[in-house]
Amino acid sequence: MQTSANLVWLIALPLFSSAILLLAGKRANSWGHVMATIVSASAFTIGFVEFIAMQSRADENRAVAQKLFTWISVGSFNVDASLLLDQLSICFVLLITGVGTLIHIYSIAYMSHDLDRRRFFAYLNLFIAAMLLLVLGDSYLNLYVGWEGVGLASYLLIGFWNQKPAYATAAKKAFVANRVGDVGLSLAIMIAFATFGDVSFAGIKEHVEHASSTQLTAIGLMLLLAACGKSAQFPLQSWLGDAMAGPTPVSALIHAATMVTAGVYLITRSNFIFDEAPIAQLMVLIVGGITLLFGAIIGTAKDDIKKALAASTMSQIGYMILATGLGPIGYAFAIMHLLTHGFFKASMFLGAGSVMHGMKDEVNMRKYGGIGKFMPITALTFGLGYLAIIGVPPFAGFYSKDKIIETAFNAGGMKGLALGIATLLGAMITAFYMTRVVILTFFGNERWGHKDEPHESPALMLIPIGLLSIGSIASGFILSKGEGLVHWLEPVVNPLKEHHDEFLPPIVVSLMTLTVVAIGILIAVSKYRGDQLAQAPENVSVLTKAARRDLFQDDLNESVFMHPGQTLVRNILNIDYLVLDGLVRAVGSVSLTAGSRLRSLQNGYVRSYALLMIIGALALIAAIWVVTA
Amino acid sequence: MNLLTIVGVLPLISALLIAFIPSKNAELIKRAAFAATLVVAIASIFLVTGFDKSVTGMQYVQSNTWIEAFNINFAVGIDGISLVLILLSTILVPIVILATWHESDLGRWSSKSFYILILVLETLMIGVFAATDLFLFYVFFEAMLIPIYFLIGGYGTGNKSAAAVKFLLYSLFGGLLMLASVIGLYVIAGNQIGATFDLTQLATLEIDSNTQNLLFLGFFIAFAIKAPLWPFHTWLPDAAKAATPGTSVLLLGVLDKVGTYGMIRFCIALFPDASKTFTPLIITLAVISIIYGAFMAIGQKDIKGLIAFTSISHFGFITMGIFAMTTQGMSGANLYMVNHGFSTAALFLVAGWMMMRRGSSTIADFGGLQRVTPVMAWTFFIAGMSGLALPGLSSFVSEFLVLVGTYTRYPVAAVIGTLGIVLAALYILIPIQKTLHGPITSGNENLKDLNLREKIAIAPVILIIVVMGFYPKPVLDIINPTAEKVVVNAGFTDPVAKVGK
Amino acid sequence: MAIANYLYLSAILFTIGAVGVVIRRNAIVVFMCIELMLNAANLAFVTFARINGNLQGQVVAFFTMVVAACEVVVGLAIIVTIYRSRRSISVDDASLLKR
Repeated sequence: MQTSANLVWLIALPLFSSAILLLAGKRANSWGHVMATIVSASAFTIGFVEFIAMQSRADENRAVAQKLFTWISVGSFNVDASLLLDQLSICFVLLITGVGTLIHIYSIAYMSHDLDRRRFFAYLNLFIAAMLLLVLGDSYLNLYVGWEGVGLASYLLIGFWNQKPAYATAAKKAFVANRVGDVGLSLAIMIAFATFGDVSFAGIKEHVEHASSTQLTAIGLMLLLAACGKSAQFPLQSWLGDAMAGPTPVSALIHAATMVTAGVYLITRSNFIFDEAPIAQLMVLIVGGITLLFGAIIGTAKDDIKKALAASTMSQIGYMILATGLGPIGYAFAIMHLLTHGFFKASMFLGAGSVMHGMKDEVNMRKYGGIGKFMPITALTFGLGYLAIIGVPPFAGFYSKDKIIETAFNAGGMKGLALGIATLLGAMITAFYMTRVVILTFFGNERWGHKDEPHESPALMLIPIGLLSIGSIASGFILSKGEGLVHWLEPVVNPLKEHHDEFLPPIVVSLMTLTVVAIGILIAVSKYRGDQLAQAPENVSVLTKAARRDLFQDDLNESVFMHPGQTLVRNILNIDYLVLDGLVRAVGSVSLTAGSRLRSLQNGYVRSYALLMIIGALALIAAIWVVTA
Repeated sequence: MNLLTIVGVLPLISALLIAFIPSKNAELIKRAAFAATLVVAIASIFLVTGFDKSVTGMQYVQSNTWIEAFNINFAVGIDGISLVLILLSTILVPIVILATWHESDLGRWSSKSFYILILVLETLMIGVFAATDLFLFYVFFEAMLIPIYFLIGGYGTGNKSAAAVKFLLYSLFGGLLMLASVIGLYVIAGNQIGATFDLTQLATLEIDSNTQNLLFLGFFIAFAIKAPLWPFHTWLPDAAKAATPGTSVLLLGVLDKVGTYGMIRFCIALFPDASKTFTPLIITLAVISIIYGAFMAIGQKDIKGLIAFTSISHFGFITMGIFAMTTQGMSGANLYMVNHGFSTAALFLVAGWMMMRRGSSTIADFGGLQRVTPVMAWTFFIAGMSGLALPGLSSFVSEFLVLVGTYTRYPVAAVIGTLGIVLAALYILIPIQKTLHGPITSGNENLKDLNLREKIAIAPVILIIVVMGFYPKPVLDIINPTAEKVVVNAGFTDPVAKVGK
Repeated sequence: MAIANYLYLSAILFTIGAVGVVIRRNAIVVFMCIELMLNAANLAFVTFARINGNLQGQVVAFFTMVVAACEVVVGLAIIVTIYRSRRSISVDDASLLKR
């Protein structure tokens, strides 16, 4: 395999920049954001240079590696700190650094009034470094470092305004939910080591046929748990909505475009395991299917624009996870949807941030309305993202989502039918809630209830949105042209191993999709046409109430884990004090009591001591007499 | 006298010299003590340069007759396992002295006796890790209690006398059981190969299984109390709450390691068969410790109690790694001892500064420190992240090695232990949220950030935590041969065989 | 006269001394009673020396006298000091060891 000394700089540059910004303190306030942005752009440049170089090589020589040093080596457990850049990781590198750089630029303006802007950029760079390590690590353990690193960055950024207790709690919740997923990843690595004696991707792939199907299923399920935590999939999805407490650029970068898609990366990267573990693969499908509907339903009831978009993210990642569960053919479509989603969702989040910027940080869509005419550019770019996500041709989402729906139907049998219907239904709901968001925000009556008119955002914010919009228009077409991405990823995911019969001709699927999308739009338009109230209606259906409460996900977690956990802690505290420490204290108090009883003999009177001595002497004599007699 | 003995005796000599400085000259005493321990730390680093990593036996060996009648020798020597622990002790002591410069000012006795106690303790700590004569080890093991007893009772806070007595009696109880085993072993040696306390000779004894089990238990209970393992842990939170932060660092960071070190050096090396018999029980206790300590930590309202219980959880990991009897588990456990020493030191020292400034150790009394004292908040945060074993920091490497090593032999225990990492997130993030985040609570508005002395003291600890997370190889290279030897000598082979790479 | 009578006398003297130590409060009297017990023991030693026909008992008796003399010196000094500080030589008043 080719080696390249450049890879380490992809990670090292943002990492050092982050460290410098944090260590330099206030001194870096004036130039910190500029340096962070330049560093991010340099990382993109390195990635792009590597990409060009990769294209010039033949398929089998495209991957490059770099061994940095021996990280852990104990007995048979050997892990090098090595990086691997192949066709799969380059997609992510370009997405992370590209979208990341745009969001850095956007944040310069968005965060310009924040006193802690330097710290914000330090965290952003830390995130970039960790995310790049995640996709560049050549073994599961290296990936794990990045995996928790992005969790840390996400924690720091969600809690960026942690002086508000609710935000600090949201950050903690995200970290803990992620940690539950991390248990899965840890266990997967342990099982992999016990099975293969190796934790590197290449090593495991090489020996995968020696493993039993139980072992592979176990590894697969644990990896799926990890993916659920990081990608906010059912049943670990509840943190994503609260994560919107972070500044909007963070929501765009971490909680829409990149970090939350790490689960998709993990499953795609582990294709050699999932392909041999049908049960795990089925679970992936089920998780993806549930989440895509779950997120979509929540999205229909949210009034907070960021939370509506977060629900949408959850649902779209559900699509990707479902695609990865479809086997070799699905991986490429999952990655394609991931990339297009990265563009259009980031652009919409940044658009939402732009709206908030002009609306004094108001997030409630019921208090928006008619903003389109005040913020035309934002409205236009948001609209492009909207068309992309609902899958109108020729926008990006059409190419990627349509392929997933088609492949789902092609899975065959009842499974294929169920998955196909679920994805179609998801597409309809997506069209509904996204139309709702667009109407409530940009059209209709003005409901913000104060005199100040919303103003369009500065160019520094609009340019990144514009660039992302270009991506949401064109990326789907470019990636699917001549099945470009599918062939590009072939060496990594071997998609041509099997070929399913077509359940329906592609054109029929596309037409069906477009039909349900149109239905979704029509329902939304008829429901939200005309003037709206600034308050959310109270007497709504049970389903709406449930969706507003996030389908009771928090209630469930609280009643199943949190409250019993708290009771358990209280009881253990009591047991520790009463029983374990109680025994120790009992020994102590017994000795004390015995001591104080015996002490009364020591009354200080010489004469009683003398008497005791005499009695003692007599007793001794008596004893001797008894013994000798 | 070789370098090891010199390193060991230096603190004692410094203590004697400091005894001649008048006690009212407290500043000079502090400086002298700091300088002395710094010299010891630097000298101990030279131990590494002269240490041959390829040799698995004892190095820097020295043996002088001590009590001829019982064939007791002043015999010292180190291998990889003890070398890293000696380094941990010698590096931590000057850091503690510098970090807690004013800790002794308010004590019952003078600063002079405080620093003399610390220096004597340092000699004993080095001695206990270096002793290769069982009797000598026992003497050091018990003698260590004395300075700690006075450090807690004389300079602590709150219910210090009771805590000190509880600590002393609990430890003495364990020590007594161990003494019985020591004598038993001596008698058996006398019958078989001639009376001796030499460890390598004792390891060759053939002991029938019943006797071996009893002798093993004598040692193990003493070490389980010291470590401490559930259910022998209740002295630790009291002692940690009463002791000054610096004393707590030495207590949890170094002294408790004698327990887990003893398990490797004595329990497993001297009684391999009994170790095998008791392994299921010990692994169970270790797993309980991990989960129980974590739950207890979540419920703590006092910051010192919290750190104490996190340590109980971590000691569960260490014990689990040791008795997993795999190279990964053994090396990981040994590395864990070192890493835990530094990360607990960081936690306790920063918590100590927070408590000193606020005048309270109740978690609820803090809030919003990130805005008032950013540097202190950051050090606390990093120490906390090390406590929850975040990858990239040192504890991750050791915790993962322990888990992976345990998994290959006892998957169920490893799986339950892994759940501990979720609890770790809770017990670290809850206090971090309560102390560092949220609005600035009243009484905290004017807290001062770390001063230069404190920054200099904590910087090396943080540096070690970060560097060892990314590059643990130098330390692992020292540990690995010895750890491998311990596992092989106990009659085990790794379930996952070495693959040629 | 049977030689055993000396032993009986010694036992009676010892008993008188012991009872005196236990029941009297005056330190001087307690002291004299102790002397009485010592001398009773001396008498027993001398008697046994006579019975066994050697000098060992007599030698011990001399030792006892020397010890008794030393004891009187220290004891009287203590009693005088106590009297000076407390204006009383009752042994019950000097029960300070209790606390």
